Formats: sequence, C-alpha cells, structure tokens
Amino acid sequence: MEHTQRRPAGVARASSGLMDGLQRWLPKLVVAPTFLLVGIGIYGYMLWTGVLSFTNSSFLPSYEFVGLEQYAKLMESERWLVASWNLAIFGGLFIGICLLIGVVLAIFLDQRIRQEGAIRTIYLYPMALSMIVTGTVWRWILNPSLGLEKLMHDWGWTSFSFDWLVDSDFAIYTIVMAAVWQASGFVMALFLAGLRGVDSSIMRAARVDGASLPMIYWKIILPSLRPVFFSSVMVLAHIAIKSFDLVMAMTSGGPGYSTDLPAVFMYAHTFTRGQMGLGSASAMLMLGAILALLVPYLYSELREKRHD
Amino acid sequence: MTDVVRTGFRPSRIAIYGVLLLACLVYLIPLIIMLITSFKTPMDIRTGNLLALPTDWTVMGWTKAWSTACTGVQCEGVKGYFWNSFKMTVPAVLISTLLGAFNGYVLSKWKFKGSDLMFGMLLFGCFVPFQVVLLPMAATLGKLGLANTTTGLVLVHVIYGVAFTTLFFRNYYVAIPDALVKAARLDGAGFFTIFFRILLPLSTPIFMVSLIWQFTQIWNDFLFGVVFASGDSQPITVALNNLVNTSTGVKEYNVDMAAAMIAALPTLVVYIVAGKYFIRGLTAGSVKG
Amino acid sequence: MNHFKRHLTALAVSAALMPTAAVHAGEVEVLHWWTAGGEARAAAALKQMMEEQGHTWKDFAVAGGGGEAAMTVLKTRAVSGNPPAAAQIKGLDIREWAKLGFLTSLDSVAEAENWDQLIPPRISDVMKYEGEYVAVPVNVHRVNWLWVNPDVMENVGVEVPTTLDEFFEVADKLKAEGYIPLAHGGQPWQDATVFDAVALAELGPDDYRKAFVDHDMDVINSEKMEEVFAQFAKVMSYVDDDAAGRDWNTATGMVIRGEAAMQIMGDWAKGEFTAADLTPGEDYLCAPAPGTTGQFTFNVDSFAMFSLTEEDDIKAQKDLARTILEPEFQTLFNQNKGSIPVRTDMDMSDFDTCAQASMETFKSSADDGGLVPSFSHGLATTSYIQGQIFDVVTNFVNSNNPDPVKTTDQLAAAIKSAM
Repeated sequence: MEHTQRRPAGVARASSGLMDGLQRWLPKLVVAPTFLLVGIGIYGYMLWTGVLSFTNSSFLPSYEFVGLEQYAKLMESERWLVASWNLAIFGGLFIGICLLIGVVLAIFLDQRIRQEGAIRTIYLYPMALSMIVTGTVWRWILNPSLGLEKLMHDWGWTSFSFDWLVDSDFAIYTIVMAAVWQASGFVMALFLAGLRGVDSSIMRAARVDGASLPMIYWKIILPSLRPVFFSSVMVLAHIAIKSFDLVMAMTSGGPGYSTDLPAVFMYAHTFTRGQMGLGSASAMLMLGAILALLVPYLYSELREKRHD
Repeated sequence: MTDVVRTGFRPSRIAIYGVLLLACLVYLIPLIIMLITSFKTPMDIRTGNLLALPTDWTVMGWTKAWSTACTGVQCEGVKGYFWNSFKMTVPAVLISTLLGAFNGYVLSKWKFKGSDLMFGMLLFGCFVPFQVVLLPMAATLGKLGLANTTTGLVLVHVIYGVAFTTLFFRNYYVAIPDALVKAARLDGAGFFTIFFRILLPLSTPIFMVSLIWQFTQIWNDFLFGVVFASGDSQPITVALNNLVNTSTGVKEYNVDMAAAMIAALPTLVVYIVAGKYFIRGLTAGSVKG
Repeated sequence: MNHFKRHLTALAVSAALMPTAAVHAGEVEVLHWWTAGGEARAAAALKQMMEEQGHTWKDFAVAGGGGEAAMTVLKTRAVSGNPPAAAQIKGLDIREWAKLGFLTSLDSVAEAENWDQLIPPRISDVMKYEGEYVAVPVNVHRVNWLWVNPDVMENVGVEVPTTLDEFFEVADKLKAEGYIPLAHGGQPWQDATVFDAVALAELGPDDYRKAFVDHDMDVINSEKMEEVFAQFAKVMSYVDDDAAGRDWNTATGMVIRGEAAMQIMGDWAKGEFTAADLTPGEDYLCAPAPGTTGQFTFNVDSFAMFSLTEEDDIKAQKDLARTILEPEFQTLFNQNKGSIPVRTDMDMSDFDTCAQASMETFKSSADDGGLVPSFSHGLATTSYIQGQIFDVVTNFVNSNNPDPVKTTDQLAAAIKSAM
C-alpha cells in the first residue's frame, strides 16, 4: 500500500497503482501463512529445544541453566555413541542400497518390458504401507522361530540359519533390509521417470558412435540424471531420519540398545526417563549433524541449477 | 518394433526379465504372507508354515479385526478408527496441497527478496525429526484451545506437510517457461488470474503427486495421532498399535494381519489405482527440479 | 392451544435440564495401558462400575512398551493444559507430577473412606505428596514369582527349585531333555525383572534396598554386585536364542504350552494362565523366584488424579477414586489382573492359592523387612536412574562376552551420573 501513496499520479493511475501495489504484495501475503506456521512450528520450536538443552530440565521443561553439562553427559553416554554410529550405518547403507537397486531396476524396466505397469506397481506399493506395518511384518518374517528360518527348516534345509534380528551385532542390518524393501521401489519410480525424460536421440547418436549400452548409461545417461539423484537423496534422507516408527515396530531399539537411533534415544530420554535436558541436547546434535550434511549439498545442488 | 523382436531372444533379455521377476517376488512376499495369514485360523498359523496356503480359508480374522477385536477396553474393532482417519486425512491433505501449490507458484514465478532463503528453510524443515516438536506443539495447541481436537491434528499435519508439497510444486512450476507468465502479465492478468488460467490447468500431474504423497504420509502417521488425538478420535494407526498389543495368551496373528491390511488398504488402493499418475507426475515435474 | 404451548415449553425445559438434573453425571477420562487380556478385563470392570454410578468413562488406552507411549501422551496432554482425569502413573513418578502441581488432593475421599487404616504405610507413602493423597493404589503385584509348568517338570523328574543353585541343576536337566528351561522376552524391562529377582536372591533385602533405593556405592560397586551379574548371566544362559523383542505374555504362552518350563515374571502373568482356563496348583505352579522365599518385591499400580475444572467431572473423579478402593472392585479387579488387593483387611477366600500365598508373604515380609520396592518397575527409584540401570543390564544380557566386573563398574558409573 505504501507504494501507491508514494506514487504521484491521477485518480485513474492511483487506482491501477493500488492494484499494482496489491499485486506486489499478494505473493508475499500468499506465502505468509506458511512462513508463519513453519517459522513457529519448526524454527521456533527448534530454538526452544536449543534453550532447553542448556537447562537441567528433567520431567517437564524448567529454565535452570547448567551450561554445556547435558552435552558433556551425552558424549560420555555409551548408548548415545551406539545410536549415532547406528544412524551412520543405517543412513549410509539405506541410501546407498536404495539408490543402487532403484537405478538398476529403473534401467532394466526401461528396456521395453512387457507388463511394465504391473511390475512398476509391485515395486512401488511398499511405499504405501506405514512403517509400523512394515516393521510388524518384517519382524515376523525375520523372527527365527516363526519366519524365514522356520520355513527353510520345514522345507528340509535344516542347517539354514538367519538370526540377525536377535543378534545385537547384526540387528541394525535387518532394519536396513526392511527400510530398503519399503523405499527402493519409490527410488526406482523416480529414476524411471527421469529416464523417460532423457532425449532418445542422445541414445541413438551414441549407439551410432559404437558405444555399448552399459557405457551409454554409465557415461551419458546417469550423469544427466543428477537432479533425480538429488530428489532421491532428499526423500531417502527424510525417510532415514524418520525411521523411528520402523525401529520401534521391529526391535524397539533392541536387542539391548543395539538398534537405537538418535531419534529413539531422544524420545526415550525426553519422554520416558524424564531427562528433557539431555533429550534436547541429543536433538540439537542430531539437527546439527543434519544441517552439516545437508546444507552444503542443498546449496551446491540449488546453485548448480540456477546456472543452468 | 523389429528392434524389440530382435532383442527379445537375446540371453541378456532373459537375464533382465529374470532380475525383474525376482525383484517382484521379493517385493510381493511380505504382502502375500500378510494376506494368507489373515485368512488362516490361529491353529493353522501355529502348525503350518509361513507361505503355505490356509487349509481352511476363513474371514474370521477380518470380521474380528473390523468389528469385535479389542483395542484396550473397547472391543469394537477398528471400524470407528478407520473413519476417524478419513476425517483427519482428507482436510489435511487438501489444505497442505493447496498451500503448497500457492507457495510453489510464488517461489517460482513471483520471486522476491528472501524467497530463495525461505525455500531453503522450508527444505530443511523436511528433515526435522517430529519427536522434537511434540512438547512445544502440545503447549501451542493448548493455548490455541485446539488440544486433542481433530482440527488441531489437521493443523499439525498441515504444518509438517507443507514443506514437501511446496517442494513438489515449486520444482514443477520452475520447469514451466517464465515467458508464459510474463506474457500474461503484459496482458494485464493478475496474480490469481495467471495461477488459475495458466498454471492450474497444467498442474494435474503434480497435484496427483502431492495428493498421493500427502495422503500416504498423513494416513500412515502414528506419532502425531497418538499424541494429539483424544481417545475417541484416534486414527487407525493408533488403534492398530493397541490391537496388536492387546493379546491374550496366544497371539491371534490372523487378526493382527487383517487389521494391518485394513489399515493399509486405502493407501494401497491409492497407489494401485493412481500409481501411474504418480509416475507421470514425477516424470513431468519434480524430478527435473 | 395456549395450554398445549405451555406444556411444550415445559417439556423442552425439562428436556434441556435432563442430562444434568437427572443424573449427576461427569466424565472421567482414564489414561492407561492395560490392553493385554487379563488387564483389559480388569479395566473393563472399572469402566462398568463407573457407568453404573451414572458417569461416562472415556477410555484412553495407549498400548505398548510398558507404558512408554502412554507417558509421552500424558506429558503432551499435561503441557497442553488438557490432562485426563486419571492416569496410570507409578511409584516415584507420582511425586514428580505432584511437585509440578498437576495433581489434585484426594484427602476428602481418603478421610471419608479411612484410607490410612486400609492401606499399608509403605504403599500409602508412595501415594502421598506432602502428606496428602494424590493417587489411588489399585493393587499390589509381587514381582519375584517363578511360574512353572508342572507337567514339564514331572516329565523330566525335577522339583521346583527354591535356590539359584537348585535352579541351575534343574535347568540343566530340562535343557538335556530338549525343553527351554526359562521362558523370557528380551526387552529391557523384562531383563531387569529377572535381574531384580537375582539381585534380591544374592544381596538379600537389606543390601537390595541399599543398592536400589539409597544408591549406596559401597553396595553397588562391590564384589557382591559382581556376583549378582555372574549369577544373572548364568540364569539368562537358560533362555532360548530367539527371545529378543518377545513380549512377556508370549513367553508365558511358551510355559502354558509346555515348550518352556519356567518363567520369572510378576504375578500379572497369572492373568494369561487364567485366560487359558488353567488352575493354579494343578495346571501351573507359582513359587517364589529362586532364592527369594519369604521375600516380596512389590510393584503397585496406581492412578494419579489430575486437577480438573468441571464440577461434575471432579465428582466423577472422586467417585472413581472411591470405587477403586471398594472391596467389590478390589476383588474383581485383582482376580482378573493376578495381583492382590491393596487393602489388607480383605477376605482372601475368593482368591486363588497363588494370590493367597502372595498376601501371606506380603503381610509377613512387611514385618520382617523382606518387603522391598521393585526397582525394575519404578517403585524404588526415579525413571532416570531406572533407565540407566536398564541400559546396563540389557546391554550385559545382549553382550557376546558378558563381563560381570566391567559391568559392575558401568552400573556404578551409570547410577552416579544420574544422581
């Protein structure tokens, strides 16, 4: 509105100027509610959590500041180290394997396959399930006395043994398996969509030059799908960080606390153990790690695009 | 076409089909196990093996899960919770998608100073673990008088869903040539006119992506449901958790599996029926960033 | 016409007044995690009694994880200024909630109903904050029970063990015959429940109290504790390999079906036997956990009452508190749940032999000092210290080469850091 007033003009111009000013402000007005909601709901609350991490809040929030004590406690906690290490293993393997499976299946499926639609749906459907359902089913399948191991024994392969779920050194890998099962089809869909967008003349030209099919994919097509990698990593990282439900449904962090993830740790301390300060400190470290890993990536990817 | 025929008999083609079919099997087995288990009798489950077909097909598990299984003190099955989930999901999906569409439109076609920063902040918002926001959110909802109401729950889902929908729409609209918008502006078309006349007609695919994504996310949410819904408006995921944990001596896996299937059915149907639009939408937009 | 109109108005008015005037009904929203068979039936009984008094019961069940999910929900509800009328809160946590000013005093009910005479002081202490009742105890669980399938024992030709050494002997024989000696679920609280029993057997009640109630480092970081861990490891070696993540009632099911011979679990396990139509003393046996004869580790379920504003709801809340301690409910509830009444003046003749034995030990141990609060169920220590102990214990159980000496150090460090 200020703009209209500053403009020296006749009545007609003023009214159109009013419209003009409104037009100028409209975009900001439209995004304002989101900005407000997200500003409070994400950044405001993060700040609040940050404040709590410097207090000795136990049962419910209190504002008695103790400096960095909670962070020091966290660093000494063996359970926290296990949880952090688990997130690294889980996140790394989950994202890596999903990308690999997704790319391979997408390329295979792009070879003019009969019944492609049906196959695609089969790959994609696990994404429709909640992690609680996925966790429950996989817990059942991987349970040595109920699932796969029993099945193999029933079929006569009595030496078959698969007890990762109940082995504290391997249980984290069963979580990776279930998570990959759930999300890899989605990655496949993203890449398939990307491949469909690749100009087929590139392929033809390369073929004329005598390049082999794997070479074309490796050297030309995959590099051109960089934005797809970006989208995939975004979605997968999002799922990895939120795998709380999956862990809770499959192992509840067990055996012992061998499949603990930072989110589980934070939840347990904040809500069950009445250590809100410690829980908040773990949340802040978790956010810090996400920030440290993601922001450079986001920044480089988004910048790149602007130069295109 | 000759190309297809010629390549159809090469060993590499067979290998490709082999891999694809094997993958189908791996993806399908858990669903098959859930399905056949839900039709078995408890006796059958204990004696038979995981992949064996039921000796007596029975829908007892399904009817029990739907109408008589106990979820806590109440033994009315999950049917009430099923509708609760719809009441919460539909408005939350629609509102977050609409907001996302407008945000995407502004952040791609009406950039202003700080709009890129805002987009970056929204993106980061996708990665905040929800456990962190439970308590402050509860306090806020309490102050707003929305604690333990469906409205409050819808609001929570909108807040934490809008980051993703904005990302979808922004990336989709970025790919639409600016020239189109500029021409319309020269013709005197305003903010909303351009959106409704030019962008909206082109937006069906990305609307499908956003609707499907949001529907799946919100329908499947457990954490917000259990914390922010009151006893009688709890969504089905909470009921499923209560049901699976409500057991007497022998676990009735058939009822558990049937309940899990019921909880998963709407999202499964959405994926199976609308899955192709989903892929089309991804092809058309979001992957090109 | 006029007459008719007046009549109609009168009707309308009375109809409008009906809900409040006819019955003085309030609503009680009750947060609990009693969703397993016997527990759910017990909760349903309470619901029915409240409804008979004209109140509405709003069930707020949050299953899973021994109440972990329920605690999260409760905290967010409290923070949002909208707590339920009553919530299942236990042990020392009651004091924490009261300290924050969330709970309401029940002294008016307590005085009218003479609670101080009915409830043993050791338990009523837990229910009070600054001398006022803020929670109602529902029952008393004995945690140090051993549940036994007599048929399995008979097949192998062994007796129910009364000491840990006997237990090891019996378990070896059972194992040799292909039975799982000890049914167990590998969840932290279940690991701690067994540890609880072994610690009581090895330390005795006095040192148990010193370690887990007073956190006396001379006991916690001692050779005695190393011995506890060594014996505990030995007990756990008789558990099958697939125990990880198993629910307690699934483990009880293994005893019922004769796959496993014994289970160390609190008396809520009885609800599972009852649900399977088994009779105590015949189809299954209950005995004190090995080495803890005459001692009683107690776990008390209780409802803490939150401050409310609506007059009718407060009335309903008070009625709930009163109903919980009435003999009728105490009998019905505890028969379903497997526990014993919290009132010591009750006639136990309607209860089964396990409950009668439990009541006897409860009374005798209260006199001779064998009555100790269970640390594994939050009666002895704050949830933080409890959690720290859980971490150490469960890590020990799941370690590939458990080291009692190192673990004792870890336990001491963990408790120290939480104090």
